[in-house]
Amino acid sequence: MGAVPNKQGRFGAYGGRYVPETLMPALLELEEEYARAKKDRRFQSELAYYLKHYVGRPTSLYFAQRLTKRLGGAKIYLKREDLCHTGAHKINNAIGQGLLALRMKKPRIIAETGAGQHGVATATVAAMFGLQCEIYMGTEDMQRQALNVFRMRLLGSTVTGVDAGSRTLKDAISEAMRDWTTNIRTTHYILGSVLGAHPYPMMIRDFQSIIGRETRRQILAAEGRLPDCLIACVGGGSNAMGLFHAFIKDKKVKMVGVEAGGLGVASGKHAARFEGGKPGVLQGTMTYLLQDDDGQINLTHSVSAGLDYAAVGPEHSYLRDQGRASYTSVTDDEAMAAFDLLAREEGIMPALESAHAIAHTVKVAPTMKKSQILVVNLSGRGDKDVQQVAKMRGITL
Amino acid sequence: MTSRLDRTFAQLRLKGEQALIAYVMAGDPSLEETEQLVVELERAGADIIELGVPFSDPIADGPVIQQAAERALRSGTSLRKILPMVTRLRTKTQIPLVLMAYYNNIHAFGPERFCHEAVQAGVDGLIVPDMPPDEAGPLKGPAAAAGLQLIFLLAPTSTADRRKFVARQSQGFVYYVSLTGITGAKLLNVADVGKNVEKIRKVTQVPVAVGFGVATPEDAANVAAIADGVIVGSAIVKQIAAYQQKPNMVKQVAEFVRSLKTAMNASLAKTR
Repeated sequence: MGAVPNKQGRFGAYGGRYVPETLMPALLELEEEYARAKKDRRFQSELAYYLKHYVGRPTSLYFAQRLTKRLGGAKIYLKREDLCHTGAHKINNAIGQGLLALRMKKPRIIAETGAGQHGVATATVAAMFGLQCEIYMGTEDMQRQALNVFRMRLLGSTVTGVDAGSRTLKDAISEAMRDWTTNIRTTHYILGSVLGAHPYPMMIRDFQSIIGRETRRQILAAEGRLPDCLIACVGGGSNAMGLFHAFIKDKKVKMVGVEAGGLGVASGKHAARFEGGKPGVLQGTMTYLLQDDDGQINLTHSVSAGLDYAAVGPEHSYLRDQGRASYTSVTDDEAMAAFDLLAREEGIMPALESAHAIAHTVKVAPTMKKSQILVVNLSGRGDKDVQQVAKMRGITL
Repeated sequence: MTSRLDRTFAQLRLKGEQALIAYVMAGDPSLEETEQLVVELERAGADIIELGVPFSDPIADGPVIQQAAERALRSGTSLRKILPMVTRLRTKTQIPLVLMAYYNNIHAFGPERFCHEAVQAGVDGLIVPDMPPDEAGPLKGPAAAAGLQLIFLLAPTSTADRRKFVARQSQGFVYYVSLTGITGAKLLNVADVGKNVEKIRKVTQVPVAVGFGVATPEDAANVAAIADGVIVGSAIVKQIAAYQQKPNMVKQVAEFVRSLKTAMNASLAKTR
């Protein structure tokens, strides 16, 4: 496996730049500027500065002793991205792209958000860098994540509801792309996951890859060896790519992505792109999609707004085809049970997205030897989900 | 053999006219009505018809065409049904027909099979708004083999390099997007559009048609003065939406198209 993507932004058959011509010059400009920034020591040291002093990196790699004992198998380590400022890994990318927007002298930034975590991260960065900010969010997600909507507004951003299609993440991305097409001269679009047209999947992976680089160092310090398996939830897949990237060449380290199984793949109400989808083009990239025979995008379902999306990042499609990573899904119910389990065993409330990774851990850890090591990316904290969890249990707060 | 598109532009040039390219969403509100619309819009003065293929997630389109796509999808429209409608249309009219489809619909159909069956049915050209020529590899071979003309878009943001790169690959005409924005936005500055059209003409022989933001007969006349073709989409789709419950929808929309072509030809008479 050589380095991906290639110059055309291809990860094997996936990726590319399927966008209206109006956006092409901006994507080419972004690609060049990012390439320059990547080599620019000042940019890198500025990024490192904010990640350390503002985000609070490195995040800890925590040995979950009680969960390990309870499951009775492999040793379980949690990469604590939930401890990042704003409560999820999303800020790693938002800081990087915020700095790029400053370099490109774009006074305005826009973003889409599903669970609201990327929106909050972007609104936060906009406030800190003094940029004007507008966040697009499906109206269905605005209801599910009312708290995050209010947080973004408190941070000084405009939150614009998108009342089209499924009223979730997919529609928010389309609307953000339309805004970008219209205001391209003044605006940088901070896409939140390893999705969209080149260079986004590569650039966002790079900004998130600090997760895996830290994990590698930390596990070597703690255990003197690499883990046997990495587990992360996959919506677009940025936390997973962030964890996986530093381990791609370590063939003995298994990598597992966990998609949203919703009400079960057989029910049709899910967001398991690999189990239920096939390759196609959505929102700028060629990748696995949930679609019908005519190529219309299917509606998705997940208890977790951040995983409720019809496409997966193109590099995940590539890793799967190469057999380098494998993908599975857990249901809403399994994720909810994992949410409770982690809260009670470890005193950590995971985001419902991250609870999917925990749910898969619950299945596989007991099948592994006690000498084996699992690292789970705890991509975000569950505070934002408390209201929704209460509502699902019929409790009025 | 010259294509219907090339022939139409050549004939119009002889007459000193510009092409009126009318966009309708196939299947909005039904394919039967689309079929009637194509025939009547030609009678009303349309020179080329652009048939939208409804997609669930049209990123280049504003609310008017998004809603038309939703109506078309609700009426059960898909490429599989649009192509037989084109076959039926070809027994009634020889007007050039250009499909505007997002790539995923073509990908799902199979690019090779699509090019072949589209031309068999009588389609002349294809516009894929989310497929710049950089990504058109899988379509170019099959399109050339079948005789389907691939029309590419240029935008105000296009650099000189891209202008050359894109214009030289575009067949039939170059679609110049008049503004940075989505379909149905408001046209800002015709003089600027004119300058960009001139720049495109320097790098290609194919006609240049201007779309996005052309809403009124006055807009159409102004754009006709600077380009070889005038593309009107959202404004027509809006008429279809407004009259779709009425029995005289086709007639009303045809009247609107007639007013566009009349204005274009009137301004032509003035400049002579």
